[in-house]
Amino acid sequence: MSNPPQKKPHRDYWRANLSLLAKLLSIWFMVSFGCSILWIDWLDQFSFYGFKLGFWFAHQGAILVFVVLIFVYAWRMKALDRQFDVADSDHHPEKTS
Amino acid sequence: MSTQALTYLLVGLSFALYIGIAIWSRAASTKDFYIAGGGIHPLANGMATAADWMSAASFISMAGIISFIGRDGSVYLLGWTGGYVLLALLLAPYLRKFGRFTVPDFIGERYYSQTARMVAVVCLIFVSFTYVAGQMRGVGIVFSRFLEVEVETGVIIGMAVFFMYAVLGGMKGITYTQVAQYCVLIFAYMVPAIFISLMITDNPIPQLGFGAEVNDGSQQSVLQKLDGVLTELGFDRYTEGSKSTIDVFAITAALMFGTAGLPHVLVRFFTVPKVSDARLSAGYALVFIAILYTTAPAVAAFARLNLIDTVNNTPYAEAPAWFSQWEDTGLVAWQDKNADGRMQYRAGSALSPTKPAFTGARGELGERLLSNAPTDSANEVYIDRDIIVLANPEIAGLPGWVIALVAAGGVAAALSTAAGLLLVISSAISHDLLKQTLMPQISEQQELLAARLAAAVAVCIAGLFGIYPPAFVAQVVAFAFGLAAASLFPALLLGIFSTSVNREGAIAGMLSGLTFTFAYIVYFKFAMPQLNSAEHWLWGISPEGIGALGMLLNFAIAILISRVTAPPPADVQALIETIRIPASK
Repeated sequence: MSNPPQKKPHRDYWRANLSLLAKLLSIWFMVSFGCSILWIDWLDQFSFYGFKLGFWFAHQGAILVFVVLIFVYAWRMKALDRQFDVADSDHHPEKTS
Repeated sequence: MSTQALTYLLVGLSFALYIGIAIWSRAASTKDFYIAGGGIHPLANGMATAADWMSAASFISMAGIISFIGRDGSVYLLGWTGGYVLLALLLAPYLRKFGRFTVPDFIGERYYSQTARMVAVVCLIFVSFTYVAGQMRGVGIVFSRFLEVEVETGVIIGMAVFFMYAVLGGMKGITYTQVAQYCVLIFAYMVPAIFISLMITDNPIPQLGFGAEVNDGSQQSVLQKLDGVLTELGFDRYTEGSKSTIDVFAITAALMFGTAGLPHVLVRFFTVPKVSDARLSAGYALVFIAILYTTAPAVAAFARLNLIDTVNNTPYAEAPAWFSQWEDTGLVAWQDKNADGRMQYRAGSALSPTKPAFTGARGELGERLLSNAPTDSANEVYIDRDIIVLANPEIAGLPGWVIALVAAGGVAAALSTAAGLLLVISSAISHDLLKQTLMPQISEQQELLAARLAAAVAVCIAGLFGIYPPAFVAQVVAFAFGLAAASLFPALLLGIFSTSVNREGAIAGMLSGLTFTFAYIVYFKFAMPQLNSAEHWLWGISPEGIGALGMLLNFAIAILISRVTAPPPADVQALIETIRIPASK
């Protein structure tokens, strides 16, 4: 197959990637800027395992969600790579400059 | 064996390990030197990234800062971890696909301009040097307290060790030493944390002990008890914030986006074999980071409780040994304002000016006398935040080997980060400045030699910073993030996700973001420090958080200018397409 820019499968792959990013980054925003900063005082009325809930998000919970987000991303992208047949090889491109 | 001897032993052993690794993994080519040959396993890279990332500031200072500011400390916890989500999702895989040696490489090629490359080099050097100065000071503090050598000697020993593995091994040597350093530092951080969690709550897992009940029979949770004790002494509650929401928002954003734009972290993702490895590697890195970052707030709360228990209303004559030892280093001080021989620990600054100025004489009880004027506050104790982690094992009465371990961990944290920073500085000089711009005719061997020389010079300059620390180092380190967020992050992000942003837009964006942020910080921190308060700030955003605004400015200007100038040429469009698709060539 020739290699013109913006082939259709590539365009679809990129769209699928962007939509995954949008979902994951909204969760990222909600747990960090949302639960841990903007809504922290409201969440603090709930108690969670000895913590006020908002405080827990700010000092513990958000970090745990971040970790999960990256692994979900890596896993979903690997599936997309395969689906659109764009997975990379093991080979490191030999470039010296 | 005495604590002192144990400390020498542990720190010495860790140095021997790092140097051994350096000799084993010498760099033979520029590719080895810049990106460790590009064959690092994602798990090893994750660990190295974590060590690279967690600096003396994370290891020594962060828990201390959180300990004293309570809930608002979340800006560091969120900012310095949340940035990895951005890094993993928005930058790392694409930069890996691009597959060259440095961050300015990407900016230079994507924006088809040597000027853009040079602007990126300037941003990189500025960000990295401010950051490295803080690391050298961290090395100095650890050496002066634990090994009881002069700060200068400590810095020189640190420089010699760096020299061995950074100059010889380049990225390859650094990567494997960082893996070892991560193991040392995380072990050193967790052991005292587990001990203290057990002591206060009977729960061995600090993250759980943080929410558990205190084991003194009061049936209060750690945070309830802490809130209670603090309000009694006139402090704010630990679980309530005192910064404005907009400021917390802006600081968190500046630290997050800054994290994603830090060259020494980005370049680590050039070292893995594949795009999918880069994604995974960022996940591993954050796991390794999160182990420390979820422990730190627990340590902060335990340490504060412990500190109040041991110090407040204790007669100086019966003060624990660590108090006078740290008094000798000037990090704690006591002024007996009410002449009752007891140390009252209350809210407010004990001394005026805040930092202790010792007269050199000793009082009746053996305390170091101060020339500071007493303040109106009933507080008599000055405590530097840095000692929360360093003195925590002593405050909690832990055995000597734990104290020695913390010293080795502090050195590992400072060395690993400084090494990563020095490497990006030297590769920016040898690769971007010399090979790509000034002297394109030099051979690979000459470029490698230049890289080693640049690393050696950078080590010496960093050492000078450590021996003669500029008074403002501590403040400047936090600003490195704001500057990275306002300058490099938008150029990288737009370079990948926009096909229309062009050379003119990127250069104007980087320069305006950098200038705006730099000017705001200089104005409030150095030129007009008396105006540095919420009512004078732009929309209530402190200089620490202004990078977030600088970043928005950078985005706006880059997009606007790109609209009115010529779009990027076809070969750049093709480059963007290549970066986005893992398989394409």
